[in-house]
Amino acid sequence: MNNIVIENLDLYYDDNHALKDINIKIPLKEITAFIGPSGCGKSTLLRTLNRMNDLIEDCRISGRVYIDQEDIYQSGTDINLLRKNVGMVFQKPNPFPMSIFDNVAFGPRTHGIKNKKEFYAIVERSLRQAAIWDEVKDNLNKSALSLSGGQQQRLCIARALAVDPEILLMDEPTSALDPISTNKIEELIIELKEKYTIIIVTHNMQQAVRISDYTAFFLLGEIIEFDKTETIFSIPQDKRTEDYITGRFG
Amino acid sequence: MKSFNKEKVMQWVFLLTASTSIIAVGLICIFLFVNGFNALTEIGLWNFISGTTWRPNNDIYGIFPMIVGSVYVTAGAILFGVPLGIFTAIYMARFCPSNLYKVLKPAIDLLAGIPSIVYGFFGLMVIVPFIRNNLGGNGNSLLAASILLGIMILPTIIGISESSIRAVDKSYYDGALALGASHERSVFFSVLPAAKSGLLAAVILGVGRAIGETMAVIMIAGNQPIIPNSIFQGVRTLTANIVLEMGYAADLHRLALIATAVVLFVFILLINFTFSYVKRRLR
Amino acid sequence: MFQTKRKKLDQLTITLNILVKLSMIMTFIIIIFMIGYIFINGIPHLKLSMFSFTYTTDNVSLFPAMINTVTMTAITLLIAAPLGIGTAIYLVEYANKKNKIVGLIRITTETLAGIPSIVYGLFGYLFFLAFIGWQYSIIAGALTLSIMILPLIIRTTEEALIAIPIEYRQGSYGLGAGRLRTIFRIVLPSAVPGVLAGIILSIGRIVGETAALIFTAGTVAKIPDSLFSSGRTLAVHMYALYNEGLYVNESYATAVVLLVVVIAINALSTFIAKRFKKG
Repeated sequence: MNNIVIENLDLYYDDNHALKDINIKIPLKEITAFIGPSGCGKSTLLRTLNRMNDLIEDCRISGRVYIDQEDIYQSGTDINLLRKNVGMVFQKPNPFPMSIFDNVAFGPRTHGIKNKKEFYAIVERSLRQAAIWDEVKDNLNKSALSLSGGQQQRLCIARALAVDPEILLMDEPTSALDPISTNKIEELIIELKEKYTIIIVTHNMQQAVRISDYTAFFLLGEIIEFDKTETIFSIPQDKRTEDYITGRFG
Repeated sequence: MKSFNKEKVMQWVFLLTASTSIIAVGLICIFLFVNGFNALTEIGLWNFISGTTWRPNNDIYGIFPMIVGSVYVTAGAILFGVPLGIFTAIYMARFCPSNLYKVLKPAIDLLAGIPSIVYGFFGLMVIVPFIRNNLGGNGNSLLAASILLGIMILPTIIGISESSIRAVDKSYYDGALALGASHERSVFFSVLPAAKSGLLAAVILGVGRAIGETMAVIMIAGNQPIIPNSIFQGVRTLTANIVLEMGYAADLHRLALIATAVVLFVFILLINFTFSYVKRRLR
Repeated sequence: MFQTKRKKLDQLTITLNILVKLSMIMTFIIIIFMIGYIFINGIPHLKLSMFSFTYTTDNVSLFPAMINTVTMTAITLLIAAPLGIGTAIYLVEYANKKNKIVGLIRITTETLAGIPSIVYGLFGYLFFLAFIGWQYSIIAGALTLSIMILPLIIRTTEEALIAIPIEYRQGSYGLGAGRLRTIFRIVLPSAVPGVLAGIILSIGRIVGETAALIFTAGTVAKIPDSLFSSGRTLAVHMYALYNEGLYVNESYATAVVLLVVVIAINALSTFIAKRFKKG
């Protein structure tokens, strides 16, 4: 079953044709990895899924993006509701300059939760899901900026989970972190796919192999190949995919 | 959707606040220029600007002495304030030890905040008597105004010059030093030229301040509406012209004062344009 | 081979060195002398009677002027701060940079910044008194001053807003928060120190302003009954004393009070700037 379907998507930054005729169906509750060399459209495509590209001037889009059978680029779409449903974790951890508690509570507060008990429950649940509860439960009022890089990123994941999304977009979530934090977060992501559809952009092919179920290979704004991860990495259909995977270019 | 409307409304609210400055400038321009235009049609633009006599009682309005007054006083301020200011800025940026800096910088910021009436008072109590007793003349003079204004623009000149010097890329200094130049030579012949546009900006901002200064000037410059022959004679600036007679001016006299303000306004616009032009050329 | 002994410095280097040091010393002496002279001549004359509630030609009290200064500052900020902050928010968070309106707003703001205070005073007189028909009044003065400090507040608030890293905004939008919420919950709270610094700078300018007030708020030496009556601020009070030409000692004392206020404002501003750097 697919809950994200992209049809004939083209994206332009001014004159730059950044995404070319994208057609892809992202499977439900699996981990899909976007791989490919720098600057070939992986992050751009990711950002079309929660319309973060709207923040960039001179960005034009044509084509359709269906999430749960609804075109999210149709006029009348509630963008804020969309972003509640489609969470995002950024490459560089970006906690707000507030306490750990307030960071996680920000999302629920925004979307109308007022009951204090509900807050605490949501915050605890999210921090547990992000595998960081034990480390911070006694210090929820400490500033989020005092956490280490890996902890900050897990906090950002908790923050994204707190608004109860269906889909989680992760833009190179571990590229700024050390190997041990990376490991912890990769384990976390694998656990999360029970509940969420996850798309992860990654530069690290080994990471894609370790954690993803499906992989899409991008080159110069196009999706060259999309298939089960084991297939892509063992018997790729396209020669360019094979060249990339075997390290002939990168 | 409810939240969508609220967003749209607030966007218009912010746009409305943002248009305040447009409205303000519009109003100021209307009130000044319309009245000024009326004055000039009656007096004659050329007579107004080049006339050397200012005698409201006989309805004679020539502001040339005041234009000269403003120019002289500003030039004097630059003479006293710019060299001192730039050298001090060089010291603060490249020669000053850090513990001394912690004392000097607040002192200069303090100078920036002193009200002009207090400056004027100081000038009246100290500079004017000094000139009167030691150098001649009444004391209320072009010289007094130049010195005082020079002091008043010091913080502006020092502040902006210092930031410009600090902003110069390290490689300029390092390169000169590596060639065997002394610290002083490296600063003066490599860093300073690189900070040219910032230093110019500082001077022009200082000029802007000096030409707009009113209170301090009226207390010590003498205010005679004549072109001075020596620096010990009194002088009247465009700003002083406005403030001295505004309280009782009527009809054409009042219009003439407004026209004075218009001339001042135009001067300042010219200075700003020169500033932008030179800045662009120096890039 | 290479000379490793300390070489004698050349003449030019020595001259330049002396020049910069001399300049610094001279600047410093000027500052100390000015402030010191005023304090020495003023403090002995700071009598308690100068702080009496009503002004008489005997006590030459500056107290009404002090109260008026506080009122003037408060009302001016009440008008100018929301307008200035709103403008900055529009410019940074909403406006499309290429928009013509943005260019227009910038030009007008820069123009306002360059207008001398006496021209503001003249405009205030022509508009509020001659055109609208008010008397010399606090409100006329406050409105005039608020136009005058508008560019300052806009500039400092803008800088404070721009300094907020874009990552904070992205994090907020990514969670589905709208623009308003992002501005009020995330951006503005972080920008508070910068905005505050701008407001304190404005207070300094308001307190020291004379030329824009003489012909709008007037020079009456008492605390006015209403906003539509005249009242002098401390700086205008000094001007009035000078005009009367009689009260030299009291003038020194008033100058001391003004200086103390300015020093306090500067210290407060530096303090907030330090808190800003830490947080």
